Amino acid sequence: MTVLSILVFLPLAAALVLLAWPRPPGRTATWIWIWASAVDLALVVGLWLAYGGGPGVTDGFAFEQRASWIPGVGSSYHVGVDGLSLPLAALTAVLFLACGVHALGEDRNRRSYAALFLFLQTVCTGLFVSLDLILFFVFFDLSIVGMYFVIAGWGHTQAARAALKFFLYTFLGSLALLLGFIGLYVGSDPHTFDMVELARTTPLDGRPVFGGLVLLAIGLGLAVKTPTFPFHTWLPPAHTEAPAEGSAILAGVLLKMGTFGFVRIAMPILPEAWRQWAWLIVVVGVVSVLWGALVALAQSSFKRLIAYTSVNHMGYVILALGAAGMLGGDAAARSVAVTGAVTQMVSHGLLTGALFLLTGVMWRRRETYEMSEYGGLAGPAPRFAALLALAAFGSLGLPGFSGFIAEFQIFAGSLGPAPVATVVALVGILVTAGLFLWALQRILLGSREETGFRDLRWHETASIAPLMGLAVVVGLVPAWLLGVIDPAARAVVDLLGS
Amino acid sequence: MNERPIALLPELLLLGGAVGGLVLGLFLPRARQGLVRLVAAGTLVVVIVVSAVMAGGLAGPVFSGSYLVDVPLTVARIVVCAATLLVLALPGRDIVGHPRETEFYTLLLLAALGTIALAGAADLLLLVAAYLLASVPLYALAGFAKDAAGTEAALKYYLMGAFLGVTLLIGVTLLYGAGGATGYAELSRSLPGAPRVAVAVGALAVLAGLAFKLGAVPAHFWVPDVTEGASTPVAAFVTTVPKVGAVLAAYRLVGGPLLGAPGNWPLLVAILAAASMTLGNLAAFFQDSVRRLLAYSTISQVGYLLMAVAVAGRVELALPALTLYVAAYAVTNVGAFAVVAAARAGPRLADWQGLGRAQPALAVALVVCLLGLVGTPPTGVFVGKLTIFSAAADGGLGWLVVLAAVNTVASLFYYLRWIAPMFRAAPVRTGGEPSPRSVGWAGRTAVAAAVIAVALGIVAGPLLAAVGSA
Repeated sequence: MTVLSILVFLPLAAALVLLAWPRPPGRTATWIWIWASAVDLALVVGLWLAYGGGPGVTDGFAFEQRASWIPGVGSSYHVGVDGLSLPLAALTAVLFLACGVHALGEDRNRRSYAALFLFLQTVCTGLFVSLDLILFFVFFDLSIVGMYFVIAGWGHTQAARAALKFFLYTFLGSLALLLGFIGLYVGSDPHTFDMVELARTTPLDGRPVFGGLVLLAIGLGLAVKTPTFPFHTWLPPAHTEAPAEGSAILAGVLLKMGTFGFVRIAMPILPEAWRQWAWLIVVVGVVSVLWGALVALAQSSFKRLIAYTSVNHMGYVILALGAAGMLGGDAAARSVAVTGAVTQMVSHGLLTGALFLLTGVMWRRRETYEMSEYGGLAGPAPRFAALLALAAFGSLGLPGFSGFIAEFQIFAGSLGPAPVATVVALVGILVTAGLFLWALQRILLGSREETGFRDLRWHETASIAPLMGLAVVVGLVPAWLLGVIDPAARAVVDLLGS
Repeated sequence: MNERPIALLPELLLLGGAVGGLVLGLFLPRARQGLVRLVAAGTLVVVIVVSAVMAGGLAGPVFSGSYLVDVPLTVARIVVCAATLLVLALPGRDIVGHPRETEFYTLLLLAALGTIALAGAADLLLLVAAYLLASVPLYALAGFAKDAAGTEAALKYYLMGAFLGVTLLIGVTLLYGAGGATGYAELSRSLPGAPRVAVAVGALAVLAGLAFKLGAVPAHFWVPDVTEGASTPVAAFVTTVPKVGAVLAAYRLVGGPLLGAPGNWPLLVAILAAASMTLGNLAAFFQDSVRRLLAYSTISQVGYLLMAVAVAGRVELALPALTLYVAAYAVTNVGAFAVVAAARAGPRLADWQGLGRAQPALAVALVVCLLGLVGTPPTGVFVGKLTIFSAAADGGLGWLVVLAAVNTVASLFYYLRWIAPMFRAAPVRTGGEPSPRSVGWAGRTAVAAAVIAVALGIVAGPLLAAVGSA
C-alpha cells in the first residue's frame, strides 16, 4: 500500500464508515466527508512537494505501484503519477473538499449524499492515477454509476429523465472505449492492458486501418465524456437537473476524464493514428468551441449557459491536442499546446466548479436558474456578486486568472501547426466574453428591486472563495504548475514525433 | 479402463444426499420436513468442500474417457452447488410446510447432479443421460404448486424439453453413425473424414438440445413462461443452474469433436450468440413484469456466454473467461431472484416504487446485482465480460464483440427501468397484500449474493489463472 493507494482509497474507507453508521446525528456525515477530503488534499499537497518531476508517460512515474490483478489478460493494479495526472489528482482533491463544505447546506439524506461523493472521489482520483487500461475503465464506468445516483437522487424535478439520458449516453461511450481497449489488447504482443508498456511499444503503428478503428472507438468513448460536439447533448439536461455539488464535480472533474484520456491513452499509445487523424480532431475541437459559445449565447437559464461554455472550454483542449499531432509546427510549440491543454483542464475545473456552486446558491434562494428571475443582485448580495463576477471574468479568459494562462498557451502552441483553425477558434473567446458580460449584467445589475436574496452564508463563501483564490494564484504565478506539466507534455509530443 | 470411482466423489455425495434426503423425508412428520432442507444444504456444502479439495488432483478422463474430470468441471461442481445452496435459502411459505416439501429439495439436488454430469460429459451417450437428469426434475419443479400458471409453465417446459430431447437423441444417433463412436476423443479423429450431411444434421440436432438447456434462441420460448409461472426459487434455479452445465457441454463439443468436423460450427454458434443477446434484449425492453424482464435478461446473457463457445479450442483465454463468466453470472442472477423473493413488492415494475426507503439493503443488493448483470465494474460479470470480449476479439469475431457492446448498453436501459422507481418516494399503499414469503433468509441470501458478485470481480485474477494454467 503506497501513499498513492491511500490517497485513492481513503475516501472510500470513509464512505464505508458512513454506511456502517446507521444514523449519524445532524451534519456529522457531511463533516466526515469534509475531513476525509481535507486529509486527501493534505496528502496531495505532500505528494506535490515530494514530486521529483520525472518525464512520465512512458517512464519515470512517481509513487508507482504495480500489483498483480488479472494476470490472465495482462491487466494489473498499476498506479503512478506524472506531470499529466498530478495536477488533475490535486484538482480532484480541491474540488471535492470545496463541494463538501458547500454541501453543509444540503439537508436531504446527508449520509447517502456524503457516502456517494466520497465514493466518487475515490473513483475520480483512481482514474487519474491509473496506468492500466482496465483499471482506468473500471473507474471510468463507476464514475458514471456514482453520478447517476447523485443526479437521480438529489436532482430537481426532471432529474430522473436527465439521469437516465446521462447514464445511457455516457455508458454507450464507455463501451466504445472498452472496445478500443480490447482492440489494443488484441493488437499488442504479448497481449497486455498496461498503458506504459503499450506506450513504449505502440503496437498499432504501421497498421493504419486497425489503428484508425481503435482510435475511432477510444475517441468516441472519450468524446462523449468530454463532451465534444456532436456528442454533448447529454450535458445540458444533466447539469440543469443535478444538485450544485453534483454539477461542480461533473463539470470540474468528470469531464476531465475524457480530455485526460486523450493525453494519457490516445496520443501516446496510438501516435501514428493520432497524427493521421489530427486534422479531424482539430476540426471537432473548433466546432465544439464555436458551437458551445453560440448555443450558450441563446440560453435563458444561467446553469445551461455555464454547461454550454463547458463544451466551449473543452473544445480548446481538443483543439490543442489535435494541433499537437499536426507535424507542421516545431516540437516546442506543440508541447506548449499540450501544456496549455492540461492547464486548461485544471483551470476549467476551478472556475466552472466555482460557477456551478454559485448557481447552487441561486437555486437555494429561488429554486430557479432563469436569468430573467434575477436582477440587481449586486446590491443585496455583494459577496455573491463579487465572486460571480470574478468567476465569470476568469472563465472568459481575462489575464490574471488561470484561464488566460491556459488559453494563451493553447493559442500560442496551436497557431503554428493549425493556423486557420486557431484563428477561427479565437472567435469563440469573443463570444464567451460577450455572453458572460451580458449574463453578469442581467443577474447583478439593473434597477430591479431585489429583496430577500440572502448573501452568501459562511460555508458558501468558504467553499467558493478558495477556488477563485487558486485560479488567481495560477493566473499570477503559474510556474509551479507549468513546471510540473511541461516535462510530461514534452514527452507526449516526443512520442508523436516531429 | 481408468475406472476411478473416487474421482466422482462429489457426484456420488450429491446423489447420496438426494436419496438420503428423500428417505429421511418419508419418515418425518409433515411439519418437520425442514430437516431435509438442512440435509440438502449440508450435502451441498460438503460437495463444495470436497470438490475444492480435490481440485487439481485426480484429473483426467475417467470411465473409458466418457467423463472428463478437469478444472472446468471442478468450477462447475462448485458453482452449481453454490448456486443451488443460495436457491435453497429462497423458499417461502408456499413451499416450507408443503406436504411435498421433501420432494422439492430432492428434485433440486437431482437437477443439480444432472447439470454437473452435463458439464463433465465427454461422450454423447452420457450427454443424453445428463440432459434427462438435468431436465426431468425441473419439469416437476416448474409445476410444483399445481396452480394454473405453474401447470402451464410445466407443460410448455416439458413439451419443448421432450421435443428437443428427442432431437438431441437423433443427433447423437447420426453422429454415432457418421463417426463410428460416441466418445469425444474418438469423434475428434473420425468426424473430419465423415459424411458431410450426416455430421451437419447430427451436430445441429445435438446443439439444439443444448440450446434448450441454455435457454438460447431459438429454443428460448419456455424461459419467460417458466420464470413467471413457477415459484421464485424454481425460477431462480431454472434460469441459472442448467446453463452452467449446458454451456460447458457446448464448449467441449464445439471445441472438441466439432472443431475439425465439416461445417463452420464456430460461425453458427456466433450467430446463435448474436441472436440470443439481441432478441433477449429487445424482448426485455418494455416488459412490465419483473420476472419476465429477468427471464429475457437471462436469454441475452446466454448470448454473451456463447461468445466464448464460438471461439472454443481456438483461443486460450476462452475457457477461463467462460468459467469466470458463468460463475459470476450464476451468483448475480440468483441474487436478483433472491431480491424478488424477499422484497415486499408486487410483480410489476411500478410496484417497486419506494423500495429504496422501505427495504434499503435489498434495494442496494438489487442495484448491485442488476448493474452486475450489465457488466459494471468491479463485479465478477464485468471481468467475465471483459475476458470473453477479449477472447472473441482475439478469435477474429470483432463484429460480435461490437454487437455485444451495443447490446450491453441496450440492456442497461431496462435494468434502469427497474432501478429508477425504487429510489422514488413510495405511493400511498392501498390495501397492501400480505407477503406470502419469509423475508429473512431470502433477504440475507440477496445481500450475500451481491457481496459475492462484487468479490468475484476483485479476486478474478487468481481464479482465471487457476483455470488458465490447467
